Amino acid sequence: MSTLGEQLLHRIRDAHKRRTLTWWERIYLPAIAQGLWITSMHFWRNLFLHIAHRLGLFRDQPASVTIQYPDQRRITSPRLRTRHRLTKREDGTPRCVACMMCETVCPARCIYIVAGEHPDPNVEKVPKSFDIDLGKCVYCGYCVEACPEDAIRMDTQRHDIAAYSRDGMWLDIKELLNPGTRQFNEPPEKFVQLTPSEFRQLPQTPPPPPPGTGR
Amino acid sequence: MAETPKQITLTIDGKTVTVPDGTTVLQACEKANSPVPFYCYHPGLSIAGNCRICLVEIVGTPKLQIACYTPAANGMVVNTTSDKTLSGRRDVLEFLLINHPLDCPVCDQAGECWLQDYYMQHGLYDPKFNETKQKKPKAVPIGPTVMLDAERCILCSRCVRFTDEISKTGELGIFNRGDHAEVGVQPGKELNNNYSGNVVDICPVGALTDRDFRFKCRVWYLGATNSVCTGCSRGCNIQIHYNRERQWRPHIANGERVMRLKPRYNPDVNKWWMCDEGRYGYKFIDENRLTQVQLRHQGAPKTATWDEGVDLIGATLKRLRDAKQLDQVGVVLSSHLTNEDLFVAKRLFAELGVRQVVFQRPKNGASDNFLLQADKSPNAKGAQALGIAESAEGLLEKAAKGQLKVLWVFTQDLSTIFGEAKIREAAKGLELLVFQGTNDHLTAQLAHVVLPSAVCAEKDGTLTNVDGRVQRIHAALGPWAQSRGDWEIMQDMAARLGVALSYPDAPAIFADLAAREPAFNGLSYQLIGDQGVLLKA
Repeated sequence: MSTLGEQLLHRIRDAHKRRTLTWWERIYLPAIAQGLWITSMHFWRNLFLHIAHRLGLFRDQPASVTIQYPDQRRITSPRLRTRHRLTKREDGTPRCVACMMCETVCPARCIYIVAGEHPDPNVEKVPKSFDIDLGKCVYCGYCVEACPEDAIRMDTQRHDIAAYSRDGMWLDIKELLNPGTRQFNEPPEKFVQLTPSEFRQLPQTPPPPPPGTGR
Repeated sequence: MAETPKQITLTIDGKTVTVPDGTTVLQACEKANSPVPFYCYHPGLSIAGNCRICLVEIVGTPKLQIACYTPAANGMVVNTTSDKTLSGRRDVLEFLLINHPLDCPVCDQAGECWLQDYYMQHGLYDPKFNETKQKKPKAVPIGPTVMLDAERCILCSRCVRFTDEISKTGELGIFNRGDHAEVGVQPGKELNNNYSGNVVDICPVGALTDRDFRFKCRVWYLGATNSVCTGCSRGCNIQIHYNRERQWRPHIANGERVMRLKPRYNPDVNKWWMCDEGRYGYKFIDENRLTQVQLRHQGAPKTATWDEGVDLIGATLKRLRDAKQLDQVGVVLSSHLTNEDLFVAKRLFAELGVRQVVFQRPKNGASDNFLLQADKSPNAKGAQALGIAESAEGLLEKAAKGQLKVLWVFTQDLSTIFGEAKIREAAKGLELLVFQGTNDHLTAQLAHVVLPSAVCAEKDGTLTNVDGRVQRIHAALGPWAQSRGDWEIMQDMAARLGVALSYPDAPAIFADLAAREPAFNGLSYQLIGDQGVLLKA
């Protein structure tokens, strides 16, 4: 019986052991030819397609493999953790009940919630303000996991948070409820406090850009 | 003379304990370090025995017994951890939770809720209840300080017994029967007495919550420091609950530091209780504080550094000392200062040669025959024990007549005690009115030099309550803005005037105080501990 330590050591040694090359591999020439083949395939294909695109042909075939961001966007998995949003009830108020689970669990301490009274005693608690400092956020997704109300999600498929200042990466409750409605070149408002009736009158999120092609 | 009660011996979880006759099994279990869960039992209230969670197995008794109402008997063998006991508790908990809503995310009690705690210890079952839960009134303000959520109530009746037995006001009751039973206020009444906040403390669940604390801060952000209430001369033992996370979460309660005060058990002072006036009288700690040294002696007010402020006062005092005019200097200490502050002040002014040193109490206020005292000074007894004379009235009259050059006032707003006109008159007659205190008010605004000092929640030290009990306070917070402890400021002044006073911290001052002052002889922080020690009469 070998100990666990010994077993691990063997594994490390095995991982470092090099495979002996066959004679075909050792002469190198076929591998070089293979590499040249792949490179030239891309070269000729792109050259042909770029010329064809100029002539208005084969427009549906993308020319290079580079994604022309931001005109073009990669199709991302729906599971990808992207920018946060707050989900809403049917009446337009946030589902969030300001329980502070996300605020508590957040390892970057980038969530700031101020709780207020909800007019319906069965809901009781609602955030007056809900802010996320994306400049601090580490996108761990713990807030989504901790939420007992499915009130915060990281499924906006937005990951462009470039800003000219740290303050520019601040999301207030208006932006979190309706992602994409804030202009990021404007200075942010911090700790914006809204009442449940004001939540319903916020500008709504524009329809999302179709992923993959164009805007 | 009371007879010593008969001692009885019983076995709890294999451990033998000896308790006086008349003890309940629950108390004996606590003594044997085999704690039993409970909701309705409270050491300060009568026994109701209605929550049924404190079940224990007593050998020879076929059914499980409630520990809180069963008297301990000689030779009794109690088992608190047997399978039968644990399954009994679990079933009781399931019954208690039948109509309890899943409100934990929005409930202020979450984190300090006994239902949550005992569910994690004794529950953890798959609920068998498929029917609809009973709906009851939610978020009903039943008084100026307390919010009721009848759904969350487990009908332990602690609050009802409190209003019947302790506050003796009887506002609360349990109405209806069976599933429909709910706690509420008697028709036409509201829960509004001097002690209504205590029902929040004794409510084991989130049925009664504090309206002042409501949604302010989650309890797991709180830090707790043992202290003493400074609301009146009773000196109730409290815990200061402050926002421990303020550095990272400045948005909580607009950046206030103290979130709430909770009573702390002291059998000789306040038992488990405290009054509402003290409980909600903490706002001055974060509001309207003096932040910087201000100079107003020549023309427009301006902020200054500590050195500038202390130098100015020091130079004036030095000039008066050289001219042998120290009899034109008056000092009005405050009964809000700690014993340590008062002692340092006493030494400084004695060695300097200032004779007119008095202390001033705040204006008398409401009182009752339970805890609340009319005398609102937390440390008047301490000032008296240190031999400091009382009342600033004489000094103010002298100042108004122009017989004083310097008046140094501590903490108190004298205008609320003697009237605005008197203070204005006195300030006019003075060359230098120094105010050293915590909060901004008229006396501070009239002063020529304002020195910001720390409040009791920011200080280490001791206070002496109305019975002469010396009790320890601990610094829960750092000093606000540029404020400093009163004894530190006076020590600074002593250095300017060539008086040898150099204490490193409050314990060192108290050690010296205990050595020099006959009333405090033999006392130490170790002796005082958490519960305080009575001064020698």
